[in-house]
Amino acid sequence: MDMTRRFFLVLTPAAAAFMDRTGGAETQPQSKYLMADHYWAMTIDIDECIGCGNCVRACATENDVPHGFFRTWVERYSVAGWPEEHPDVDSPNGAFDGFKDKPAKPGTKSFFVPKLCNHCEHSPCVQVCPVGATFESPDGLVLVDKDYCLGCRYCVQACPYGCRYIDPEKQTVDKCTLCYHRISQGETTACAENCPTGARTLADLKNPKDPVHEFLRNNSVQVLKPHMATGAKVYYKSLDRSVR
Amino acid sequence: MKDAAHLLRLAGLFAFGIVLFLLVRQQVMPAGFGKYGHFRPAALDAVRARPMTYAGRSTCEACHDDQLKVLQAGKHATVGCESCHGPQAKHAEDSSTIKPVLPKSSQLCPVCHETNSAKPKAFPQVVSAEHSGGEECKTCHLPHRPKPTK
Amino acid sequence: MDPILHGVQGFMYPDEVELQWSILIVLYPFITGLVAGAFILASLERVFNVAAVKPTYRLALLTALAFMLVAPLPLQMHLGHPERSFEMFTTPHRSSAMAMFGFVYLWYLMAVLVMEIWLDYRKDIVLLSRSSTGIMRWVYKAMTLGSDNISERSLKLDDKTGWIITVIGIPSAFLLHGYVGFIFGSVKANPWWSTPLMPIVFLFSAMVSGIALVMLMYMAGMKARKQPIDMRCLDTIAQYLFYTFVIDFSLEMLDLIHRIYEADESFKSLDFMVHSRLWTSQVIIQIVLGTLLPLALLGAAQVLRITAARRRVMYSVAGVMTLIGIFAMRWNVVIGGQLFSKSFLGYTTYKLEFATREGLLPAIVLMILPFFILWVLVRLLPPWTAAGAETARGH
Repeated sequence: MDMTRRFFLVLTPAAAAFMDRTGGAETQPQSKYLMADHYWAMTIDIDECIGCGNCVRACATENDVPHGFFRTWVERYSVAGWPEEHPDVDSPNGAFDGFKDKPAKPGTKSFFVPKLCNHCEHSPCVQVCPVGATFESPDGLVLVDKDYCLGCRYCVQACPYGCRYIDPEKQTVDKCTLCYHRISQGETTACAENCPTGARTLADLKNPKDPVHEFLRNNSVQVLKPHMATGAKVYYKSLDRSVR
Repeated sequence: MKDAAHLLRLAGLFAFGIVLFLLVRQQVMPAGFGKYGHFRPAALDAVRARPMTYAGRSTCEACHDDQLKVLQAGKHATVGCESCHGPQAKHAEDSSTIKPVLPKSSQLCPVCHETNSAKPKAFPQVVSAEHSGGEECKTCHLPHRPKPTK
Repeated sequence: MDPILHGVQGFMYPDEVELQWSILIVLYPFITGLVAGAFILASLERVFNVAAVKPTYRLALLTALAFMLVAPLPLQMHLGHPERSFEMFTTPHRSSAMAMFGFVYLWYLMAVLVMEIWLDYRKDIVLLSRSSTGIMRWVYKAMTLGSDNISERSLKLDDKTGWIITVIGIPSAFLLHGYVGFIFGSVKANPWWSTPLMPIVFLFSAMVSGIALVMLMYMAGMKARKQPIDMRCLDTIAQYLFYTFVIDFSLEMLDLIHRIYEADESFKSLDFMVHSRLWTSQVIIQIVLGTLLPLALLGAAQVLRITAARRRVMYSVAGVMTLIGIFAMRWNVVIGGQLFSKSFLGYTTYKLEFATREGLLPAIVLMILPFFILWVLVRLLPPWTAAGAETARGH
């Protein structure tokens, strides 16, 4: 440490807190993975979801998600046709233990809706982060820099989908990374890997051979809260109008 | 001019404060900030550095391709190995000491196949208490080729 | 995690059950509002030459400074990592309203408030540095920046500079609080917050609360010093309070009517919330007791012939109720905006703790702290020698 550095360290304790980070190594893209070659998304086929909760448990195991918080969860909707009533929605413990059957009310339809971070192209959460601790990566992911996050929680307020929580241990925000540590090594996400019916599929929009293009072309596809114009990249097939 | 001396001193104090701020800012600026956008590039590595818990189907296939062939011929073709067998990244790394535990079928199968009114109608569902009365599903069904054998 | 244990009714996204912004974030707009309001009242006298409110000029400035010094504390206390807050200056994110806080705050504190107070008090500081003894002598000496020039010309120069700073200061005060409103008003995910009216409503409610506070402080200060209250001054302040309050209330009603008429997808959910969980704090405390009651009192004092003693009581009640009402307004914005699910299908409950980092106790301490700072400031820079300032400024 040279003299000028020490001089400033004496002056400001905030500077001291930063020193351990300034020396961080310049990032090196991992051996074969090139960010420029990918743009990640996910497709969800609601007709295939059986509400088993495998995805929720797999996500928690893979990512050490703290108890009571969710990077992904499954909701059960029970919707009356007409007259339109308040849909009956539940997600006990985020569907970590699946769903207990409840008899369908006459005249209603029921279905499951898996949720996770939409990895928006125009993320409201990234927009409001005051310091750049949450950001959009060049390969289309919304990620959190947990060594840089202030814990101001503005992003939690800004997310229209309720996909963010405060890590009770680290006191920083946390969220789905779309299993970046897996997909950057050629694997699929933990939730998709463990979905028994293939309701969830990881998609690489930059790969012309990815089935996602066919999925988007051949189906009626919707995103959550399209009026928010967030550029959500979790594409739902058979999304009902009652889903929020 | 002499009467404005105190104002100049104040201006000097402000200038000193601003210069000091800029110097401190330069010192504490994280390395490479802004290379790919408004964030620390090192954060990308930090997220990627996490070890995997689930090995992934392709890893299982490397050793268990015989099992996979059976699986792919049947109704469970799309079911990932670890969605029933649990996370096996450790087993894949060291298969001699870390052995997976075979799941108990009477508990495992109902996770998907227990009747639920919200499930897609075409999905095979049973009320397990009535269907098997607690007997192991394996008695009649082969999990890798689930069509009943008797 | 049983949702019923969390006071959840209906459906909330599972990560939504806990509230993120606590009572400390209620204090933040409340305190900055008092700052902006007090400063704008002070500026009236300076820029628009409203002679009647002159007795409160210096007191208003010191009040603004005392609250300004406390304003960032609730924010710091609520951060998960307060030690990282300097990042706001290192790598401020241009698209984030919050990132600008540090800069807006420093600009307003240093370039506007401290400068204006220093220039206005400079003659007093120099005189005090000559007359006082011991450690205080050195404190005042340091505050003179080593220049004891109080010649006619130098004071004239101070007055001119001070005037320019006040002119810059008014839009700065608007910026400070309008900006706080923007932090909430720009969150499109939250229909309770997301309205372009939010910065303007925040601004006017800030002026209302700041004027009410200075009015109360003036009465309290005079009472403490057993001096007669200048009724012309008090009446003028009350008049301003009334006018600003009418504008503020109209804006809030405009927002309400607009919501009811448009009745967008969030309306049913928000309407239910106002009729249930927010009924006491919004309708009873904020609107009836905190707005209509003070408006009636202030209005009556304008129209009816009432004795000075009665008017003082009415103004005191109106001032206190106004402050309670504006606090309730901040509460209803910040806490109310987090009580409903963004799925519009359910509601949660805010559980105010007591002696925790974000509990009621630190909030009370933070509300008392500015009055303590003000007490110190008033001892250090007595605002009561207004006559001296008047001659110094030569008008």
